[in-house]
Amino acid sequence: MIAFLSRRLLTLAVTAWLATLLVFTILNVLPGDPALLMLGTEARPDTLAALRTQMGLDQPAVVRYLRWVAGMLTGDFGVSYTYARPVGALILERLAVTLPLAGFALVLSTLIALPLGLYAAARHERAGDWAVMAFGQVGIAVPSFWFAILLILGFAVQLGWFAAGGFPGWQGGAGPAVKALVLPAVALALPEAAILARVTRSAVLDTLREDYVRTARAKGVSAWALMVRHVLPNALIPISTVLGLQFAFLVAGAVVVENVFTLPGLGRLVYQAISQRDLIVVQGVVVLLAVLVVAVNFLVDVAYAVIDPRPRVET
Amino acid sequence: MTSDADLDAPRRRLPRSLLLGAALTGLVVVVALLSLLWTPHPAEQVRVIARLRPPSAANWLGTDHFGRDALSMIMVGARNSLAVAAAAVGIGILGGVPLGLVAAARRGWPDEGVARMADLLFAFPALLTAILLTALLGPGAINAVLALGVFNVAVLARVTRGAALQVWRREFVRAALALGRGPTAVTVVHVLPNVAGAVIVQATILFAVAILNEAALSYLGLGIQPPAPSWGKMLGDAQTYLFTAPMQAVYPGAAIALAVLGLNLLGDGLRDLLDPRHKTTTLG
Repeated sequence: MIAFLSRRLLTLAVTAWLATLLVFTILNVLPGDPALLMLGTEARPDTLAALRTQMGLDQPAVVRYLRWVAGMLTGDFGVSYTYARPVGALILERLAVTLPLAGFALVLSTLIALPLGLYAAARHERAGDWAVMAFGQVGIAVPSFWFAILLILGFAVQLGWFAAGGFPGWQGGAGPAVKALVLPAVALALPEAAILARVTRSAVLDTLREDYVRTARAKGVSAWALMVRHVLPNALIPISTVLGLQFAFLVAGAVVVENVFTLPGLGRLVYQAISQRDLIVVQGVVVLLAVLVVAVNFLVDVAYAVIDPRPRVET
Repeated sequence: MTSDADLDAPRRRLPRSLLLGAALTGLVVVVALLSLLWTPHPAEQVRVIARLRPPSAANWLGTDHFGRDALSMIMVGARNSLAVAAAAVGIGILGGVPLGLVAAARRGWPDEGVARMADLLFAFPALLTAILLTALLGPGAINAVLALGVFNVAVLARVTRGAALQVWRREFVRAALALGRGPTAVTVVHVLPNVAGAVIVQATILFAVAILNEAALSYLGLGIQPPAPSWGKMLGDAQTYLFTAPMQAVYPGAAIALAVLGLNLLGDGLRDLLDPRHKTTTLG
């Protein structure tokens, strides 16, 4: 187990390091002057030179890279060019929107998907099963940003129950803030729920085929107890794996959905930073997101290995 | 209750999802091809006097904020969307399949390299990578293709490698090696035909993902550039006029959903057909 853990941890560290290298290379070493990118071609030469010095662009790329990584390790992500504020503070501020949004969506999708998947498995090859499978296919096919627009159309424009976008902040109390996150979370949750319902269904079906389930059934265990005690705990293994893997999709979805609802989260921050050429912000956010994704996958791997020892043996 | 009926079903029967998926995908392809020959109106024809019109005999799906015919734009949008997705998947196949084949054949460092590259690219959500690259390279269809294609290379390399490793363990490959065939010959003659099924299935699903991601990029203004019509851009524009012309935000999204649904069903159906042991799984 320790060998497995340290091997996975090493992979995590290497991937995270490669991620910083990749992002830095893409943004700094590829042809193009970051200062020129930021200020545009009409910038005055002395402004350009001043910005280059301020950004440390007069230093060799290796030095800049090492400084940036060393800074991040101590929590210093650099200073944003457009906001004139530390990137770390900006990220923290935006996380207060994106994390609750992602968590909300994750909870919502699990609450929708688990019962649906269980129901479909119980009604295998019957109408209820087909209906859940159809929901699964449609949910995956509907782009979350279109669903978001439809939600705005229905619940903001027609019914007027929610605002069409924007975020009041947490300082005005949790109520209005949570209300502003409802439609975005539903929009994010739909594709996740669709995928998760399908995974739950097939995981439960696989478990139902196991010998121990047959034995329990032969011993006269009730259908309910069978589901709760034998099937669900075992089906949760693949379900939690997929839940972890979905994190990356959730992050990507948040970038677009936050833009649909003009929510001041990480996704909107990175999108605006990209359009304003605020590269230090882009670098910081992208690396943070990549490390988050890798870390979540690592945790899923570890949880998986704790519950089910088989994958540890495989190479 | 489970039954083993799905395992015992006759293999020759075509999966329903395959038929439905092929029909939907076929419809989108036909519409895209038709747009080359005919659209109700020229898709880029601006008529400000007829802006944001509801559906009528002249404009079946109404007009957008420039008075352009929505149906014509959706038809040409189908073509643009399919072209970008096809090119992005093409890059994935051309780059990923050889990488996966080499990794499986050589093992050692090429294998390790492919695995690490895939790990690394999967750490970046595909759409985020695409947003980053298109922002740097400049918005546009070609850069969107490149940005979406990079991710597909990683996915297809991994899928090809996994499928190829299984083939390498099979008896007939060992026999071929024992008869003195080199690894290159074995790869081309034995491995490639046997991984083709897995690659085709994955490519179909990646095609759907590419359509979704291209639409998202265009929605953000980073994909296909105006005046060329694109489904994502149409949605972005329609959002501004939700109060005056709500239906303009409905049609392009429905077109995207239909195309993606068709491709996903087709992928699932192909998987059931080519590999009956592996019943429909999911990929977002």
